[in-house]
Amino acid sequence: MTLKELWHRLGSPRWFYRISGPLAWVLGILALVLLVSGSVWGLAFAPPDYQQGNSFRIIYIHVPTAIVAQSAYMLMGVAGAILLVWRMKMADMVLAATVPFGMTMTALALFTGAVWGKPTWGAWWVWDARTTSMLVLLFLYFGLYALRQAIPRQETAGRACAVLAVVGVINIPIIKYSVDWWLTLHQGATFRLTEAPAMPPEMWIPLAVNVLGLYCFFGANLVGRLRAEIVRREARTAWVRALAAGELQTAREVSEDEVLRMGPGPGAGR
Amino acid sequence: MSGAGLFVAQFRREWIASLRSLQEAFNPLVFLFLAVTLFALGVGVQPEVLGGIAPGVIWVLVLLANLLALDGMFRRDFDDGTLEQLVLLGRPLFLPVLAKMAAQWCLTGLAMTVLAPLAALLLYLPAGVVDTAMLTLLAGSPALTLFGAVGAALTVALRRGGVLLALLVLPLYVPTLIFGAGAIDLAMAGSDVSAQIYLLTAISMLAVTVAPFAAQAALRIGLEQA
Repeated sequence: MTLKELWHRLGSPRWFYRISGPLAWVLGILALVLLVSGSVWGLAFAPPDYQQGNSFRIIYIHVPTAIVAQSAYMLMGVAGAILLVWRMKMADMVLAATVPFGMTMTALALFTGAVWGKPTWGAWWVWDARTTSMLVLLFLYFGLYALRQAIPRQETAGRACAVLAVVGVINIPIIKYSVDWWLTLHQGATFRLTEAPAMPPEMWIPLAVNVLGLYCFFGANLVGRLRAEIVRREARTAWVRALAAGELQTAREVSEDEVLRMGPGPGAGR
Repeated sequence: MSGAGLFVAQFRREWIASLRSLQEAFNPLVFLFLAVTLFALGVGVQPEVLGGIAPGVIWVLVLLANLLALDGMFRRDFDDGTLEQLVLLGRPLFLPVLAKMAAQWCLTGLAMTVLAPLAALLLYLPAGVVDTAMLTLLAGSPALTLFGAVGAALTVALRRGGVLLALLVLPLYVPTLIFGAGAIDLAMAGSDVSAQIYLLTAISMLAVTVAPFAAQAALRIGLEQA
């Protein structure tokens, strides 16, 4: 399949529904394995920090949620641009399916940050550059969520959210740098693409595992939500009806099998 | 009619329309001074306290006054069908939209810049930094109108868009607020603020290149809803 064909097929909810069933499972299992091993490794086996002791271990939850929360917004910006340019139905569904997940991750990152801040900085909340930009990100998510709720027509709501997501993505770097311009209290970024992390490997490898695991979970969650959204939106089409009828059929066959296996029972004479 | 002609015609129309309902144009400015008064009453009138928070107060109130003005920006044209006619012209919609933004800015951002010394006086802002305050407002307020107009366009078809508009637009105002209020603070401490002024100008320039097109897309979406 060429890239162009894939691009055209991605626009078809039916095709996506057909291929995505196993995808959700693979991503879900991968997420489970990675998150469990990364968390156990990080929480129980990684060495304690020489300054922060054991309290640093919340990093294994805090950093992945923060990274995924930002990636989710970027994804919405891309999906929004695709929706505005090519009017692809799937892009709107991605936009709709990402908002609740991203919002939850942002809230979790803020919460774990507060929990971490208390023993480390001595306060639940500090107006530091990164906490502030995450808070603004949470408000951006709220805005997207509220706008979709406010517009009754689904197609219109999707395109309005796309405009907002694109404008938001253009603004995120400015917000980030404007907030960074304040004197910052937060420790520097843990991962950078261009240099090796300052942490020892036995500390950052479980963190990397957890980040990957959370990305997989995001993927699984997104695919699952997309599948539900596809069935809901395409409920009137022939293929979804056939799908539903087929499942009903299989369910009936299964129950008949069970009756046969149980042998002649009280209802067998009918 | 050329593109520039379309812009000028729309700008003149906006200007005449607002001259005929001057009260409406004044309301946000009255709100600004009312809120300044409330701040002075609420915080107390010790000059060092009030003067110390004046940069932030002025900027936050300018943001809110801008927000209040935004709600009506496209509303009337949407209700009476003018917007639909502008779309039907078959010319790029962003030109009249840009003209509306420019007119809106004259009535809010520019007017607030001119009136800033008065607000500074009421809030005991040191006289030496009033020029900096005006400069930050002049450089930063276009971004407020431009990004705000995108929010106004997105909510134009909704009957009760007011709070939603605030929710959509205020997060986008964060950088302007930080650089604007920060620059006045720095000037009070005696440092050079040209970097902040340049950054505010840069944000406004970016907004000019992005916002008219985003607002155009949003208005078309809004018209579909009607």
